[in-house]
Amino acid sequence: MEIWSAEIRQSVLLTVELAAISTAILLVLATPLAWWLARAKGWWTEIIASVVALPLVLPPTVLGFYLLVLLGPDGPGGWLARLWGARTLAFTFEGLVIGSVVYSMPFVVQPIRNAFAAMGERPLEVAATLRASPLRTFWTVAVPLARPGFLTGAVLGFAHTVGEFGLVLMIGGNIPGHTKVLSVALFDYVETSRWREASMLAGGMVVFAFAVILTMTLVDKRAARAAA
Amino acid sequence: MKLLRSITILAGLLLACASAQAAQTNVAVAANFTDAAKEIAALFKQKTGHEAVLSFGASGQFYTQITQGAPFQVFLSADDSRPKKLVEEGLAVAGSRFTYAIGKLVLWSKSPGLVTGEETLKAASFAKLSICNPAAAPYGLAAVETMKSLNLYDALKPKLVEGATITQAYQFVETGNAEVGFVALSQLTGSEAGSRWVVPQELYNPIRQDAVLLKAGAGNEAAGAFITFLRGSEARAIIERYGYVLDGQS
Repeated sequence: MEIWSAEIRQSVLLTVELAAISTAILLVLATPLAWWLARAKGWWTEIIASVVALPLVLPPTVLGFYLLVLLGPDGPGGWLARLWGARTLAFTFEGLVIGSVVYSMPFVVQPIRNAFAAMGERPLEVAATLRASPLRTFWTVAVPLARPGFLTGAVLGFAHTVGEFGLVLMIGGNIPGHTKVLSVALFDYVETSRWREASMLAGGMVVFAFAVILTMTLVDKRAARAAA
Repeated sequence: MKLLRSITILAGLLLACASAQAAQTNVAVAANFTDAAKEIAALFKQKTGHEAVLSFGASGQFYTQITQGAPFQVFLSADDSRPKKLVEEGLAVAGSRFTYAIGKLVLWSKSPGLVTGEETLKAASFAKLSICNPAAAPYGLAAVETMKSLNLYDALKPKLVEGATITQAYQFVETGNAEVGFVALSQLTGSEAGSRWVVPQELYNPIRQDAVLLKAGAGNEAAGAFITFLRGSEARAIIERYGYVLDGQS
């Protein structure tokens, strides 16, 4: 009896790939956004922050519905897909990456924003008096100080993408190797009464989630000790 | 205080109405039968006063849920094997099983002229072909059987996208994300839009859709009445209108 079937291996690899790529894109997009949110003053700042945080509250089916329409042949996703001769971004790995980035954005932006806000103006002012350019200040002062925030954001973004389900079910099309990620594979196994595979995947996810939470707690503790 | 009191009175009245009303039954309905079931349930309520509360999903999904104690009293499957298995496992009432409809598979597109027949599948001039999960939904299985009968399954496999239910397979075509899809004829009732090919019966095993009274519904008046109503001429007329073949007529 093969424990680690090709089918399961494929969905695990696909999930890790999706989460890794999404996290990388998320960090690139979230960093300037979090920086701006942490420092901008004005009523619109919190409006933008609320828009970014929407996926925290919205059911994934709301995002799934909008994405299905937006990624489809009559939406912007369809125009984009036409660049390489495809008709739609739904049912593609790229489509899932777009969905994951939207869906996990608040989990990455929030910790980084908090870390930027927590350091206050002082270190940046000191750097400015030492004639560091704003860009240099950002890379050599702000980013290192906000490291725990980046770590938390990256881990949460990765974990949340791994845990994505409703969205993928709605825009994925269940294609092995392209869109059949772990959570959907698990749903499939349960639907078809394949308990053995289902319990393997579910058990693995429990261990993974536990490891994530434990890591987060330890990171937080270390950061708190370093700050003290 | 006044508002609170009127709310209490209103709630009391509503409760009184509910208890005076006839019985209720929870029915698990295979997704392809959605529209017909709604119409039947409405007529059922009108004629008997009983209410059938409908849930829609893939037959395989319901089967798993029923084995885990889901509170359904009647199961309208899209196949005959799952109801049969439920009877064998003691989860459904023996002797209550019957074929309420025989389903028809259709290849469908929103674009007029795209679907002309099996040559559409041979030419495969589309990027995505949507079906429903063949492991959980009988229409998905029938779609795979059709492609295999035509020796096109391996060629078409890279173009397949799967919905969890036949409703999702339909919706993938409806939203334009897939150009063509295998759906149930019942889903296209009342619309001539797009292009379609009703797949000839010899290409796939008949989709015998069986209904069964579940153990949880054995003592429920409304559940038994619904099964009886489903066998009756009024329900059969609705079923036929949705493009199904009735048992014994094929």
